[in-house]
Amino acid sequence: MTLAETLTATATLAAPHTHGFLSPTGVEIAFLLVGLVTFGAALVTVTTKQLVHAALWLVVTLGGLAVEYLLLTAEFIAWVQVLIYVGSVVVLLLFGLMLTKAPIGRSPDADSGNRWAALAVAVAAAAALVWVVVDAFRATWMDLDGPAAGSTAVTGASLFQNWVLPFEALSVLLLAALVGAIVLSRKTKSELSSPPVNSRAATGSSPSVPDSRNHTFRRNGRSQGNDPTERNTPTTQTTQNTTPTEQKGTR
Amino acid sequence: MHLVYPAVLAALLFCTGIYGVLARRNAILVLMSVELMLNAVNLNLVAFDVWLSRTAEEKLHSGQALTLFTIAIAAAEIGIGLAIVLAVYRGRGTSDIDKLRDTAEGHESDGPDGSGGPDNTGGSDSTGGSSPGGSDSDGTEPPAAEKAEATA
Repeated sequence: MTLAETLTATATLAAPHTHGFLSPTGVEIAFLLVGLVTFGAALVTVTTKQLVHAALWLVVTLGGLAVEYLLLTAEFIAWVQVLIYVGSVVVLLLFGLMLTKAPIGRSPDADSGNRWAALAVAVAAAAALVWVVVDAFRATWMDLDGPAAGSTAVTGASLFQNWVLPFEALSVLLLAALVGAIVLSRKTKSELSSPPVNSRAATGSSPSVPDSRNHTFRRNGRSQGNDPTERNTPTTQTTQNTTPTEQKGTR
Repeated sequence: MHLVYPAVLAALLFCTGIYGVLARRNAILVLMSVELMLNAVNLNLVAFDVWLSRTAEEKLHSGQALTLFTIAIAAAEIGIGLAIVLAVYRGRGTSDIDKLRDTAEGHESDGPDGSGGPDNTGGSDSTGGSSPGGSDSDGTEPPAAEKAEATA
């Protein structure tokens, strides 16, 4: 962040005198402070060892971005950000963390072994991007006065005058995503309810023959005893197994 | 407002997301990092739309419309992504990306399922899928098998 600030300061020094460099406006100061909070929360999100805390810091990041949208006079985008990201996406992520039985406390293996390579890549990309962006837009100002550029009336008018066809196509995409999510979860449910204990990833169409072959490969002496139980009592095994019951409870 | 402020913030958020995608091990944390990258793109779109709507007098508001589309697509993406992660978790018993090495070339021996390595010679997904699940949920499966034998 210090690199970015120094670069920003040099860019401001090199800028022409039309907008009053080194005397930032109140909007710029507010943007900078909220941006620091947002960036810090994003850093904590990707570095914390506690998985649930990562989701909660993501709330701070997305909320800070909503405030940045408000400062950029894009009101409708800001409220959509609050409703969809903070309201639904983070809740979905928390549900996902709970359904995959994420550990509540500190998990020491949250980061993989290549985190130093990842850090090098990220720092290099950040340096290159910040340098290019500052060099390109060092003398560019936005005019935030006057009527809001992103109020609900302006955004709605442009959306339903110029962007009607992409809007409708997007509704079809949302429908496809809805159907896809349902199909993904139901397919695994039918897969899990039909095969017996040990072969979860087998296809549910013909459970008897390949499963018995797997059992002869995996556990050597018990295949003779397991085969009749698989064919006779599939329903009791599905009720005894833990994963279908928790799956029915969650979905 | 200087245009550099939102542009630099968006670049830094994007690189934070890159670090998260590359360094995280849990699949849901990778999805969170993807959300960070998408939000960086959204901030760029909004900032340049506000700049262009005043400077170039364009009334199309393409940046804000694309931001709304990006938000909707991100919501769809997180739904599908979480469904896939949950399906993988039910099948394998883990959501750890480093352990999902069934399609890796030459990694059958040093994978976490070293015991299931010889079973993978057939190349079918069923044996490779069942062995990590069996290794992870050892606490649940033997009682179920014993109960099944007891009922028989």
